[in-house]
Amino acid sequence: MDVGLFGQYVMNGLMLGMMYALVAVGFTLFFGVLDVINFAHGDSLMVGAFTGLATYLGLRELGVVWPAVQVPVVLAAATAAMAVAGALIARYLVLPLKSAPALNTLLITLMLGTVLRESIRLFYPAGANPKPFPALLPAGAVELGNFSLRADNMLMLSAGLVVIVAVHLVINRTKLGLAIRAVAQDEETARTMGIDFTRIVLVTFAIGSALAAFAGIMNGLYYNEINFGIGLLLGVIGFSSAIIGGLGNIYGAIIGGFLFAALQTIGAVALPFASAYKDVFAFAVVILIMAIRPTGLLSEKVSERV
Amino acid sequence: MQNAATKRAAAVAAVLAIGLAAGVAEAKDKIKVGFIGPLSGGTSSNGLGGRNSADLAVRLKNADADAKYEYELVVLDDECKPDKGVQVATKLAADKNVIAAATHYCSAVAIATVDVYNRFGLPIIVWGAVLPDITYGNDYKEVHRVNGTMINQNETAAKFMTGLGYKTWAIIHDTTDYGKGHNKYFSQYLTENGGKILGTFGVTADQQDFTAELTKIKSLDPDVLYFGGLTPLGVRVRSQMEKLGLRALFEGTSGIVSDTFIEGSGELAEGVLAFREGAPTELLPGGKVFMEQYKKQNYAEPSEAYGPFAFAAMNLILDTIEAVGPDRKKVRDTLNATKGRDSIVGEISFDKNGQNSVALITKYVAQDGKWTVWAESEYAKGKRKLKGQK
Repeated sequence: MDVGLFGQYVMNGLMLGMMYALVAVGFTLFFGVLDVINFAHGDSLMVGAFTGLATYLGLRELGVVWPAVQVPVVLAAATAAMAVAGALIARYLVLPLKSAPALNTLLITLMLGTVLRESIRLFYPAGANPKPFPALLPAGAVELGNFSLRADNMLMLSAGLVVIVAVHLVINRTKLGLAIRAVAQDEETARTMGIDFTRIVLVTFAIGSALAAFAGIMNGLYYNEINFGIGLLLGVIGFSSAIIGGLGNIYGAIIGGFLFAALQTIGAVALPFASAYKDVFAFAVVILIMAIRPTGLLSEKVSERV
Repeated sequence: MQNAATKRAAAVAAVLAIGLAAGVAEAKDKIKVGFIGPLSGGTSSNGLGGRNSADLAVRLKNADADAKYEYELVVLDDECKPDKGVQVATKLAADKNVIAAATHYCSAVAIATVDVYNRFGLPIIVWGAVLPDITYGNDYKEVHRVNGTMINQNETAAKFMTGLGYKTWAIIHDTTDYGKGHNKYFSQYLTENGGKILGTFGVTADQQDFTAELTKIKSLDPDVLYFGGLTPLGVRVRSQMEKLGLRALFEGTSGIVSDTFIEGSGELAEGVLAFREGAPTELLPGGKVFMEQYKKQNYAEPSEAYGPFAFAAMNLILDTIEAVGPDRKKVRDTLNATKGRDSIVGEISFDKNGQNSVALITKYVAQDGKWTVWAESEYAKGKRKLKGQK
């Protein structure tokens, strides 16, 4: 395989991995503070992408046509809307079920996901059809043999990296992060130390959902097309990534995201059989990893077998 | 005791008889007919257009004072998913009041449901699905189809494309029966016509990311990328081709001939080719009348490419019921004997498998945001050039 081609595959894999990692971090954050799986997370991503698209269309109506304004506004609107939505989900759907069996939370978020998906399909104008997402980033590309190095991909990768580093800093270097980690480690003790448990949970859900919205916008900008179903598979993949990385561990989630993207790319490229099986391959490897390391590659400090 | 029971039965019968007599005097008998198509999901624009067109046929018949019955259209949504399709098909077929139905746009759904119609004895006419096996893969007397199959479509496509001077192809197809069928027939005819296939990629019907497949295709450097699948996937493949700097011409099938494909791909739709059985609505024998009537009803959605076929299928069903009465068996047998019947899509004749012979294939090219008949396009006149055309 020539270098250009290899470079292109790596690039494709990195873009996918970045999106998966962002989704996976959300899953892992939620699990960290509340030990719940939010299966509506993928659909939050989708709603975030649609919020971004609607914002873009609104801006265009207002005559704002400069990408330098559009991109930040679209991003801000989508992440803010989803942060609020995430906090609301936590406050009114997840927290009330805190002492109920974990299955109930699973079920309620699964249903919420369906409601979100169907709502976009039914209530967004012609929501059942694939929607073109505008290319707002500079489209310049350098062709190196079979490798086309695109400015927009580089921008998205860097932005994703900045976001991940920012999350890392928030978690490890701020008082808020300290509180989040405290709650994740031991809720009771955190409460006795004067940490407002509810507030921390809401903030964590807001952060996680904003990350999903960010991934949603990235998805739109990368594929230039969004549809009401994108959250479904991204949710499952994000969840699997969080699991193979070790649920509750942020770095594990990031590694898991990139690992899954790598597996898919390898499945489509290096294996002799048709690319239709790339997901089968990737998920089979996930099953294998789970069998060998049930707690994931990097597990939480104290892991709880369930 | 027995006496009382008999008396009561007689009374009930009398009431019923009076009721029935009154009913006949007041209005015509109500007959149910069915329609199934994808009303939600990525291909719903075609389903809704088909639903409206079938509905139009029913409304026109109901408005006709000479009609013997009053018709009620039962509409069900198959979501373009085989499992859901079998569910709604069973629901429809199990309702003995439904006499016949126009069903399915998606091939994967239609092929999954034919057994159901056979088992319940419900005569149906397929209005949009193009997989040959739907009619040819069985000898069910209940199954008919007014639109053509993908065999003719791909034969024309292969001949036309090699005729334009293209030499090499890469194929992406979805792995449903629909996509696999397209791949099979196109590959077969392409090879016969001297084209060369550099690589074939099967993808799942809801795949989002095609960068891995397209990168591989880019390194194969084909003249044309043939896509055997439906609109939502087509839009994604087309836009991701551009992202990777893939310069090949994009050639689709009847599955992407929809306004949604053009809306979804925006400027990238320009110069995309596709093939479809039958002619564009306005060029059909009864196309003009159909369009006028369709407009009058103020439907929220356009009729889309297969609307006229749904209309013709429903109309044929209604005419048959008018002729032989609301009896599934009689309707089925009469439909099977259909020969040379006039309709808005041209003459309808069913062969022994219930397949209408539609010889006409129309070649389309997307030009300025519209599916344009090839012969009338600026590409055919040489004013514009397709990608890679010499």
